[in-house]
Amino acid sequence: MSIFQSLIKKEMLHLLRDFRTILVVLVMPVTLLLLFGFAISTEVNNVRIVAVVEQHTDETKEMLERFRNNPSFTFEGTVSPGEAERLLRKGEADAAIVFRTKNGRLSHQIVADASNTTMAQTATAYLESVANSNAAGVPIVSRTLYNPQLKSAYNFVPGIMGMIFILICAMMTSVSIVSEKETGTMDLLLVSPVRPGTIILGKLVPYFLLSCIILALMLTLGYTVLEIPLSASVIPVIGISLLYIVLALALGLLISTLASTQVAALLVSGVMFMLPVVLLSGMIFPVENMPRALQWFSCIIPARWYIEAVRVLMIQQLPASSVRAEILVLAGMTLVVLALAIKKFHAKR
Amino acid sequence: MTACAIDIRGITKRYGQLTALDRVTFSVPEGTLFGLIGPDGAGKTSLYRILTTLLAPDEGTATVAGRDVAKDFRQLRSEIGYMPERFSLYPDLTVSENLHFFASLFGVEVKDNFALIAPIFGQLKKFPDRRAGALSGGMKQKLALSCALIHRPRVLLLDEPTTGVDAISRSEFWDILAGLKEKGITILVSTSYMDEAERCERIALINRGRILDVNTPEKLKERMEGNLYSASSETMYPLLEALRSLPDVKDCYTFGATLHVVTREGFSPEAAICKLREKGLENVRIEPAEGNIEDLFIKLATNDE
Repeated sequence: MSIFQSLIKKEMLHLLRDFRTILVVLVMPVTLLLLFGFAISTEVNNVRIVAVVEQHTDETKEMLERFRNNPSFTFEGTVSPGEAERLLRKGEADAAIVFRTKNGRLSHQIVADASNTTMAQTATAYLESVANSNAAGVPIVSRTLYNPQLKSAYNFVPGIMGMIFILICAMMTSVSIVSEKETGTMDLLLVSPVRPGTIILGKLVPYFLLSCIILALMLTLGYTVLEIPLSASVIPVIGISLLYIVLALALGLLISTLASTQVAALLVSGVMFMLPVVLLSGMIFPVENMPRALQWFSCIIPARWYIEAVRVLMIQQLPASSVRAEILVLAGMTLVVLALAIKKFHAKR
Repeated sequence: MTACAIDIRGITKRYGQLTALDRVTFSVPEGTLFGLIGPDGAGKTSLYRILTTLLAPDEGTATVAGRDVAKDFRQLRSEIGYMPERFSLYPDLTVSENLHFFASLFGVEVKDNFALIAPIFGQLKKFPDRRAGALSGGMKQKLALSCALIHRPRVLLLDEPTTGVDAISRSEFWDILAGLKEKGITILVSTSYMDEAERCERIALINRGRILDVNTPEKLKERMEGNLYSASSETMYPLLEALRSLPDVKDCYTFGATLHVVTREGFSPEAAICKLREKGLENVRIEPAEGNIEDLFIKLATNDE
């Protein structure tokens, strides 16, 4: 067996022997994906609405029928204006729609509980579209492209992939290298005739392979269970994911040269990478809504570019040429981080 | 002239303001069991890191097995076996996985050199599938030594191999080292236990980064003879203070249950006992003592400071 093979075999044994690692590596991505895909969603379902009708007409009757039949709403009935306010206050209704007939024309008002802004915004928009669908005047036909049902899974799959690879590659690689420094086995490796480059590759390759398995797992789940439409764009998605994985590994290597204890490595990768990835990469909060300073800051977060590119490729299904800028930025970052990491690694000795 | 397995010339290493090694110079002849004796923080580990090419010295040169630590470090690495201070093994790998892994790092098979480690590996052979982390201290030490020896190095560098190991295992370990020396392997072993110094052929005493003396344990002990006494009485602390105030006494320190007194020429125990009696100290006994390495170390370290 060659030195390189035995380094990889050793690393695999470390991985397989640690039950917690396996749990983190395989169970967590799947759980997160399913959790964000199904349970935690920004889609609005079951909006509980009540109606206040001043004067019953055929028109209002028809309108109420429409709300009753719409699967997004739970119609709780017609109430008096005072009762509507009480229900909203007590949280027993999410929105109320008030119908008023004046001079033979029906007008309406929507009152929504905005203690949850996302819910209120989406619910208002829904109600508006249902109420206006055959109102007089110029009808506004809105059509949401690429994600007609506004499924939040579409939005989250790229985000979770951006997070998982940073977690697995950067965090696990740095912790595994630093733990060898802590126990002193790194010294033994360095004292052996094995070249430092081989030692580092022996550390990175197993995690790269592991990431590839996770990538396959996530894509399979995304395209089957979460029903993202499969198209030729899956090939550039895989390509850019591999680039991102290499970048994350380089980050892990860089952390391992900076941190001297496993706790420090965990903290650095947790605080420096996880939090910004979750908060600033556009995974949950749109980058466009951030203050200008944070928008600039988000430019140095690799996940921002990755998530943006994957959204374009996966959801919009555009060809790879449309994410050229993102690819270039990620490639540039990879080169810089890799160069820094290798320089730091050699300087240590 | 016998060849030098390790030759250290004027090695200096500084960490900021602190000088960890100050012009360290000594050499270890081929095939000797050589001890590097000094307290914690004396610079032993820094010296090991330089000899194993993990650390570059600020000044000076060193060769191990005829290879320069700076220029020929790549060739040097397959000539040495290194055992760091802590037993650096992979606790989640089994005994045999550890051994095979370290063999493969040096491009050898375990069976190639198994004869060399067989006496050490004997007890471990019974449980090749036990995780290294589940072994006792003495067993871990033996496994670490086996891993350091598996490629049959010419020079074995052991940094405090007996720290944290019980007395029986320690003694057994020194027997193993003596056996390895018989097979022609040069061994540089460091320890902070002065009593272990006597198991070495030659020793270097190191304190605060400086080499105090290099010689055989016997020759070193001779240097102490003639003016070392052991003193005891019922009240030890007043005795210590009283002895220190005597003009003929150079130094006095506790040594086990007694006091060791280092004296100037012309010290007379009888006269001292009389003087002590005047100070109210009864039943004082002062007898010539046989010095050991610890006495010498204290003497040299005091002179050095």
